Amino acid sequence: MIRQSCHALLALAMLALPLQAQESPPPTPAEGATSATIEAEPETTPERIVAGLSRDDIDITTSFDGSEIIIYGAVKRESRIPPGQPLDVIVTVEGPHRPVTVRHKERRLGIWVNTGRVNIGSAPNFYVVATTRPLHLILPPEEDQRYRISIPLAMRAFAGPTEVEDVVPYTEALIRLRRAADLYRQDDGSVLLAEQTLFRADIGLPANLIEGFYSTRIFLLRDGKVIDTFRAPIDVRKVGLERWLYRLALEQPFIYGIMSLAIAMAAGWAASAAFRLIKRT
Amino acid sequence: MQIYLPIAEVAVNALVLTGLGGIVGLMSGLFGVGGGFLITPLLFFIGIPPAIAVATGANQVVASSFSGVLAHVKRKAVDFRMGWVLLAGGLVGSSVGVLIFNLLSRLGQVDLVVQLCYVIFLGLIGAMMLQESLRALHRARRSGPIKPMRRHQHGWVHKWPLKMKFRASGLYISAIPVLMVGAAVGVLGAIMGVGGGFIMVPAMIYLLGMPTKVVIGTSLFQITFLSAYTTLMHAVSSNTVDVMLAVLLIVGGVIGAQVGTHLGARLRAEQLRILLALLVLGVCGKLALDLFLRPDELYSITQGGKA
Repeated sequence: MIRQSCHALLALAMLALPLQAQESPPPTPAEGATSATIEAEPETTPERIVAGLSRDDIDITTSFDGSEIIIYGAVKRESRIPPGQPLDVIVTVEGPHRPVTVRHKERRLGIWVNTGRVNIGSAPNFYVVATTRPLHLILPPEEDQRYRISIPLAMRAFAGPTEVEDVVPYTEALIRLRRAADLYRQDDGSVLLAEQTLFRADIGLPANLIEGFYSTRIFLLRDGKVIDTFRAPIDVRKVGLERWLYRLALEQPFIYGIMSLAIAMAAGWAASAAFRLIKRT
Repeated sequence: MQIYLPIAEVAVNALVLTGLGGIVGLMSGLFGVGGGFLITPLLFFIGIPPAIAVATGANQVVASSFSGVLAHVKRKAVDFRMGWVLLAGGLVGSSVGVLIFNLLSRLGQVDLVVQLCYVIFLGLIGAMMLQESLRALHRARRSGPIKPMRRHQHGWVHKWPLKMKFRASGLYISAIPVLMVGAAVGVLGAIMGVGGGFIMVPAMIYLLGMPTKVVIGTSLFQITFLSAYTTLMHAVSSNTVDVMLAVLLIVGGVIGAQVGTHLGARLRAEQLRILLALLVLGVCGKLALDLFLRPDELYSITQGGKA
């Protein structure tokens, strides 16, 4: 609670930032746009991300019905805003990776049967890309390859030898199905950027989240080049009853099973006893 | 009201689940079947992962059949001896069934086999029941009281060794066919995620020649223990029992079951059986269509770790 209100304060404070940014001292010669000129000190980039998350942990309670996370921040620069194309921001939120098997049905002897199969070694369970403008306009393929930003590049490594000649329809199907389930999303234009300085992205998290460490990435782009990146984790976990049941099921499966049976039998007995009472009266 | 299921890792509407449990409970009260053959496909449909639907379905069957068996014990309509022998066969069958299930899911053909099993068994049993009960209804209309079914027919099941006396059923038959029926139902139950009442009941009547009055109680008795065993096996071997999901289904289910039992007492047995036959054929038809028609989505995903 306290942490959240601190974040809220910080966010408020940042609303005042654009004024300061514009009042900032006159520029040193513009180095920003042309990266070739700054080879002397490649470590320092003239524009940097300062960012925060509205929360860095999400509790899955029994009544968990999705959540929203606000990712906000500002671009810190010593110089004036460089000329040329305006700044763009890409924000991604990525869930834990898990292996996935995609199967394909074909008609055999009149009925539809699973025939082909592709094992994907590691695909995120949840992935959102939010941008200031349409992704294909701001992110050239080579930068995408390098930072693995777009949805198709978020999954990796085919596990083992594949049995099919063409894996493309399988990965496409995975993306299509996950998109339909609202687990993969590309929200073009949903990042708000004010005065090329302040940005904010509201990312909705669906109710069917799984537990684990999620990672947030922010990319700052200018003229089709990624000029700075930022990374922060979000810890998503079950709490209370959810956590207790989950741990019990994994660590003491026998006791958990007995407990499930006891509940079932008690409920069955209670119902028949209750109805006998009702019938008698 | 959304509720997050800890094992299935999805959020679902609690009222929908309770309602689903209620409808299935109503069926089981009316017809004396566990209702597993309805609940498992319905859970698939609302997006519960198949492995969890099968295991949790078994847990739900425990509650509904236990509730039923208590009522039948009061009425002395349970042949315990028969029940134990059936159960012995059932435990063996269920263990074999779980092995087959695991093998099939590794091959990726589990959906197909489960669906084929459903279509074949529901089709056969539905057709048999419909034909039989229509004939009974016809007879009843023509000539008033129905003649009681001829028992003590000495068929092949009576010629085998290892004879046992089943007093409550009034039978003196070999234990081998009883064990075989139990085992067959156990295998199917584990693969299809059902208690197997809809197979067990006709098998007891037509194959073993048990009197109808003890059939339902005895089958429920056996199913309670068998699905308890299946639940435990699933919980220990694959951690796929979601107790939160089970509780929601059970709450609806036990209430529905009691309502169904009382409703069933007011309806005539032949009409009931026609209704059940039509229901069974309906589920069968739906599953058959799914097999033969081109599905909307040809691809499917399974998490690599589980299933």
